[in-house]
Amino acid sequence: MSKYEIVIGMEVHAELLTQSKQFCACPNEAVAPPNTNVCPVCLGFPGSLPVLNAKSVDLSLRTVLAFDSKINTRCIFERKNYFYPDLPKAYQVSQRLLPLGEGGFIDIDVPNGDGTSTVKRVGLHDVHMEEDTGKSQHGESIGDPDSSLIDFNRSGIPLLEIVSLPDMRSVEEAEAYMTALRQLLLYLEVSDCKMELGRLRFEASLSLRPWGQEEYGTRVEVKNLNSMKAVRDSLRAEIERQTRILDSGGVVVQQTMLWDEASGTTQPMRSKEQAHDYRYFPEPDLVPLDIDSAWLERVRASMPELPRAKNQRFIEQLGLSSYEAGVLTSSREIAEYYEAALEGYTKSDGGAAKAISNWVCNELLGRVNAQNSSIAEAKVLPAQLRELVQLIDAGTISGKIAKEIFDEMFTSGRDAKSIVEERGLTQMSDTTELEAICEKVIAANPKAVEDYRGGKEKSFGALVGGVMKETKGRANPALVNELLKKALTQ
Amino acid sequence: MSLSQLSAYQIAQQVQSKKASCREVVDDFLGRIEAVEERVKAFVTVTGDEARRRADMLDRRLASGEDIGALGGVPIAVKDALCTRGVKTTCSSKMLENFVPPYDAHVVERLAVDGAITVGKANMDEFAMGSSTENSAFFPTRNPWDLERVPGGSSGGSTAAVAALEAPLALGSDTGGSIRQPAAYCGCVGLKPTYGLVSRYGLIAFASSLDQIGPIANDVRDCALLLQSIAGHDRRDTTSINRSLPKYLDALTGNIRGLKVGVPQEFFAQGVQGYVSDAVHKAIDKMAELGAEVVEVSMPSTEYALATYYIIAPSEASSNLARYDGVQYGLRVHEMGDDIVQMYSKTRVKGFGHEVQHRIMIGTHALSSGFYDAYYLKAQKVRTLIRRDFEAAFQKCDVLATPTAPTVAFKLGENANDPFAMKLADVCTIPVNMAGLPAISLPCGFHEKMPIGLQLIGNLLDESTLLRAAHAYEQATDWHTQRAVL
Repeated sequence: MSKYEIVIGMEVHAELLTQSKQFCACPNEAVAPPNTNVCPVCLGFPGSLPVLNAKSVDLSLRTVLAFDSKINTRCIFERKNYFYPDLPKAYQVSQRLLPLGEGGFIDIDVPNGDGTSTVKRVGLHDVHMEEDTGKSQHGESIGDPDSSLIDFNRSGIPLLEIVSLPDMRSVEEAEAYMTALRQLLLYLEVSDCKMELGRLRFEASLSLRPWGQEEYGTRVEVKNLNSMKAVRDSLRAEIERQTRILDSGGVVVQQTMLWDEASGTTQPMRSKEQAHDYRYFPEPDLVPLDIDSAWLERVRASMPELPRAKNQRFIEQLGLSSYEAGVLTSSREIAEYYEAALEGYTKSDGGAAKAISNWVCNELLGRVNAQNSSIAEAKVLPAQLRELVQLIDAGTISGKIAKEIFDEMFTSGRDAKSIVEERGLTQMSDTTELEAICEKVIAANPKAVEDYRGGKEKSFGALVGGVMKETKGRANPALVNELLKKALTQ
Repeated sequence: MSLSQLSAYQIAQQVQSKKASCREVVDDFLGRIEAVEERVKAFVTVTGDEARRRADMLDRRLASGEDIGALGGVPIAVKDALCTRGVKTTCSSKMLENFVPPYDAHVVERLAVDGAITVGKANMDEFAMGSSTENSAFFPTRNPWDLERVPGGSSGGSTAAVAALEAPLALGSDTGGSIRQPAAYCGCVGLKPTYGLVSRYGLIAFASSLDQIGPIANDVRDCALLLQSIAGHDRRDTTSINRSLPKYLDALTGNIRGLKVGVPQEFFAQGVQGYVSDAVHKAIDKMAELGAEVVEVSMPSTEYALATYYIIAPSEASSNLARYDGVQYGLRVHEMGDDIVQMYSKTRVKGFGHEVQHRIMIGTHALSSGFYDAYYLKAQKVRTLIRRDFEAAFQKCDVLATPTAPTVAFKLGENANDPFAMKLADVCTIPVNMAGLPAISLPCGFHEKMPIGLQLIGNLLDESTLLRAAHAYEQATDWHTQRAVL
């Protein structure tokens, strides 16, 4: 074990899923030909003024409600002043003294290393609304080392910044935090969380302290983290770097480090880029945001069931295993698929929830994952899956045949019934017909019959196999058992 | 009589009754501009061709029986801080010397709807910072009453244009007195509306929490006419107030019997010259004669207004003007080998004049970490005290009567080396912006042939009472009928 305790905090920026930008009517769509989704407001032209996007407030409220943060029903916007070419007004409209949400928490599942996990609560400092900047492209990437180009399509896209307390104590906890947060934002449908498109961005701050020491060590911020892997790798590299410094009696300098994927190291940002006095002050162009109780209630009523509550319900009310509930609630799409498939489906033995769960977890997700696809893209609709399971229950098809049918459904999106009919796969349950086949098999296998009668139970299986072979697997197995036994004891 | 001698109200009537065409009106004013502009220098850009085209278009619409609006055919000068689509908008700064906005300010749209015709973009102190229009990066504007004197500022070009009859109406903007003080210096009527009555969308910002666009004219009725056109809610400005508007012209009844006029002693201190205070007191006496009741009020926080203003306005300006960095539009100074920070620095040193740089530095300092509480935050608290003083005063009266400026217009260059004297020119007007109230300046006498201004301050959104009081006084005197001789 290391001599030092690891302390990690996270700052997360999520682009919100609104139609338009935070302060103007331009489409919230950064992926477009450069500088096409822009107007005087998001270009910061002289004389332009911001108007707050109400939908963005809805989504932000939904998030702070999910975090159980204290909501400032009167909150204000402030200007964060700094010069940067892709910041067209030379200030970012953000929140500081009175943000939308203060405090709150996210529960995370920290793996214990043995397949089980422990729930840990990570506290939040605040949750605030702000606007995104444009995007610069420099030098080589645009074929001219002396130039930079700026695309303002992203400028003004609504952002929610979620600032955690330094409550994480390992890289694994940081990962669990990211997973939980991402899952929550997806459930809330406030962000599509596409990290590769920069729609969810993590910044970590990390410090080390000797075990038992109360005050925190010197904090280093790590930026330029474009994937979960980058967060994990950069934190490990930074832990190593700080450990080396402390071990050799050195002092960690408070600074911002950039993760360099290629070298696998963190590199200090140039001091010029970090010596900022942001000169925050209340944004005079925006009146304070007042959220009345009707607004808050409307948003509260629109809240979906959150993953933890769903998970709990699946275990307690549906009787699923904790593993199954975990798989089924891992994303809102999977959970919704499962619940839609289960809707209106009952089973006399009470095993309905389990039966559908087996099909979703094993057959459906197995195929979806093998294709590296998502459940939202699956051609089999929940009602179709339910129908397939009902065909098994009704004895129309056997479980074995059902899997074959499902293969076809998965590729074509066709209904189970039509496949069954087309291929003539209906289970044979006609006693007269099966009796004749049983007689035929018995006649053709005198040795097996003799062995069985001589007490060799195993030989019975061979005879059943014979019937199945004759019927191409369509024979109702229970009925075959019954008929064979009856015939053999005669 | 030349059309340019008429008031805007009269011109609109002439046009509506087809006694004069829009084209005749515009040609007349453009002729006047041609004749006097070389001496007055009110405009950065004269938009003659566009004005004539627009006049012809309005005439055609009129001929086909259309209603072309309450300001149909009336020429107007627009302060060069207001964005005009396709027409250079400079803020009288080298920084924006060639800046052509892609959109119209809200008020410019309103004017177009009501049939007004823009004849030019008026000179101003750079980015509206100044009280004499000497801070224009291009040239100073002259006072039509005495070409050796300043017209006041920052809306000096707008006001001089009206005083010189180059346009019957003008739009100005007022952050600390920039409409009222030049109105006083040029013998015009200038009104700063309640903060939020007129949308700021398209006004190039100086200090967002204080800036307000307002009308400048030669009499109160014209002022009311123009206010009616530009006032009202605009959803593009969240500080714009959403409520139904009164009919301002209907307020001009001439009757102020029983009106309570408050006189705050504190506004007659701090450098207010004897001749100014005499003229203002005579005006108050005149209002009493007309049946108004005069009450003394006390506003002890007034003396801190100037100091407070010079924290808040530069703080906001330092942020508002940070966007002029040479990246997207306007001036860019970039020499071989310069990095981005050098480009910013050189652009801003070359692009901004001395006064602008001075205020950016003050504001940057006031917002800096470690100083914010002592300066900006403290100033905001004092601002609240000033507002409360006004609230208390309006418990006792309907309007306040004060001087607009402590002196008459000073000579060009006279205050160049005395920045404090320059700033003192706004001592009576600044408190009004701090409280967001409406106020009007109108002529109330002369000193050494230069006009003196009376300031009337109204309660929030009570422009009607303000205009009624100003109009009644104006009609009982003849100051407003006197014109500068050019």
